[in-house]
Amino acid sequence: MTVPRHFDKDIEELNHLLLRMGAMVEDAMARSIRALLERDTVLANEVIARDDEIDRMEIVIDQKTIELIAKMQPTASDLRFVATIMKITPELERIADLAQDVCERVIELNREPMLKPVSDLPRLAHDAQAMVRQALDAFVRGDAALARQVIAQDDNVDDLTESSFRNLLTYMLEDARNISSAIRLTFIGKYFERMADGATNICEMVVYLVEGKMIKHTAHAAAGE
Amino acid sequence: MTANLRRRKLFSRLFEILCGLAVVIALIPLAMILFYVIKEGAGALNWDFFTRMPKPVGETGGGMANAIVGTLILIGIAALFAVPIGGICGVHLAEYPSTKFSSVVRFAADVLNGVPSIVVGIFAYGLVVLPVKRFSAIAGGVALGFLMIPIVVRTTEELLRLVPGGLREGALALGATRGRAVFGVIVPAALPGILTGILVALARVAGETAPLLFTALNNRFWSTSLTQPIASLTVQVYTYAQSPYDDWHRQAWAGAFLLVMIILTLSIAARLAVRRLERMNRP
Amino acid sequence: MNLVLEPESKIAAPRMAPIQMNDIQTESKISVRDFDFFYGPLQVLHGISLEIPAQKVTALIGPSGCGKSTFIRSINRMNDIITDARASGTITIDGKDVYGGDTDVVELRRKVGMVFQKSNPFPKSIYDNVAYGLRIGGMRNKRQMDEIIERSLTRAALWHEVKDRLHASALALSGGQQQRLCIARALAVDPEILLMDEPASALDPIATSKIEELIYELKDNYTIVIVTHNMQQAARVSDRTAFFMLGKLIEYADTNAIFMNPREKMTEDYVTGRFG
Repeated sequence: MTVPRHFDKDIEELNHLLLRMGAMVEDAMARSIRALLERDTVLANEVIARDDEIDRMEIVIDQKTIELIAKMQPTASDLRFVATIMKITPELERIADLAQDVCERVIELNREPMLKPVSDLPRLAHDAQAMVRQALDAFVRGDAALARQVIAQDDNVDDLTESSFRNLLTYMLEDARNISSAIRLTFIGKYFERMADGATNICEMVVYLVEGKMIKHTAHAAAGE
Repeated sequence: MTANLRRRKLFSRLFEILCGLAVVIALIPLAMILFYVIKEGAGALNWDFFTRMPKPVGETGGGMANAIVGTLILIGIAALFAVPIGGICGVHLAEYPSTKFSSVVRFAADVLNGVPSIVVGIFAYGLVVLPVKRFSAIAGGVALGFLMIPIVVRTTEELLRLVPGGLREGALALGATRGRAVFGVIVPAALPGILTGILVALARVAGETAPLLFTALNNRFWSTSLTQPIASLTVQVYTYAQSPYDDWHRQAWAGAFLLVMIILTLSIAARLAVRRLERMNRP
Repeated sequence: MNLVLEPESKIAAPRMAPIQMNDIQTESKISVRDFDFFYGPLQVLHGISLEIPAQKVTALIGPSGCGKSTFIRSINRMNDIITDARASGTITIDGKDVYGGDTDVVELRRKVGMVFQKSNPFPKSIYDNVAYGLRIGGMRNKRQMDEIIERSLTRAALWHEVKDRLHASALALSGGQQQRLCIARALAVDPEILLMDEPASALDPIATSKIEELIYELKDNYTIVIVTHNMQQAARVSDRTAFFMLGKLIEYADTNAIFMNPREKMTEDYVTGRFG
């Protein structure tokens, strides 16, 4: 019964572009985590340099999305798809920027002697990374259930951020020479928390895409801040 | 220019010429009639012709005033008789196109159309003349009316059918009953064409002679009474043409010319009426 | 624990229910229950049931031959003129059965006006066109007629264009103007419901948008049902949309729901143009 339309390949193309951008962002995130854990300044600089590419992708996707709206006047699921793309793209770009921020802090950190390990920070970083990866998976597969699970993990990430911070606080109180590095690490924790928030926002849009329900600013916000 | 193109242009030119020739040939009889009629009759077409009564046998001069008026009266009666009947018939056929009754009516109209005019005249004789034992203008008018009816019926039906269905729907949707829709909207919309049909029918019967022979007869004197025989151009021309008098022959030609002119006028009037009314109807 | 070092603070959002496409309850002007329609042995409408709300615009969409025109014509019984046509089920307007034995069809058609796809002004003057409905309704008072005619032409957004030539032929107007004239003509008899069967499909885009604006203005005072094959038009103009296919009502919901998140796959396929 359904016939192919000539817009279908435009939609496919948008999909591919988004996934490519997603891959690039995941890559940046992974590298920034490695740079952090291995104190690798070279890697950190690479991530910073590569960010321009990701910014360019956002512009291309925006352009193509608006063209599609103008030509196609999308409705129903096509409309929700286009709206989703328009909302996910800046989230991805922000996550990439945050990875860049992480790397800038890493470079600064590496100029100072290494601090004692912060127990929850690596876990925080990996959890945030997993959330972003799962969010993109949920988008690809149209899996609203997975999206909802990811959203639920956000509380966990918030907790880890909090506990990392407490940890760093004690280091700062122990020895004033730790303050500089500890503060930079606090920022890094915050960045990962915000990457996780980005993943959450992406998942909210996935639910909208699949089910047509807008769940932004609901349920999980009740956790309170 | 390629050879093909040249050949095609040649053929085109040839066919253009042939068509023109065909038109000319078709028009020759009309032209000749007009020419003859004018040539022979122009001499007798004078003021007297239009205003004077026929002179007694043998005398020269006089005119066909009574015949001219008679013809006009006769076609007037014919119209009065045929238009309502034919019109209503046409409306019925258009409104109920597929009933058995309608097919019968249509068939009857077609048959009536083909009946020789003299037979119609005899019929009118039996119908109108015999019962009252007198010839009359009414009888003549009725005979001509019968000849008009099929034309009016068919024209009315065709033209009502041509009115776009949207008009009927529009009227009905505003709360018009069917009758109101037909008579208030559809018939007025078809009116230009219907009037043409009537004028064409009038033109036809104005030139009929045979039916008048047994009904209106002829009248040498001035009479506009409907219950008396009445003169008509056609019968008068017929009578004069058969006479041995030259003067009468000339008057017959003049009468013929006048007949042709009347028919021409009616046809042109039909055209003009259509054009004027169409301006109201232009889609 | 909110700290000064926090680069951004999260504002606690109030708890909101997820946004649902709710069916808003308004009063029903036209109530359709299990309505079937037959042309002879052929059934063209199957068990149509829906409630058309008052003073809103309801659009009927669907592919050609899906029965939407037949359905809309059943509301004012324009299908009566088709021989061999038969209806079963009920359509009630304000509670009165349209096909009931004591229904006066002429009265019905005054209460329910109709505008057609191809505009059909009578070959009369503009004035006489709008006055037609009034005249057959028995109105004789010229002053009253003049008032109503001016009001109707104003409501149809045509008054200023024709006020100086009311006695000119209606056929001299442009296509868009003729259609607005037909709307004025329908409005003159003061209907409660206006049925529009693809009113703009024969018009150019500018005339079309004028008609759409008009529909938007009219809906405050009239219940409007519009058949359209132009989905963007349905989306622009209507409050509720019904999707018909093969004589069945597939989905009926708020227009937003139909065009953003339809429930049925067939609706989704039709609305996104994937229909084969």
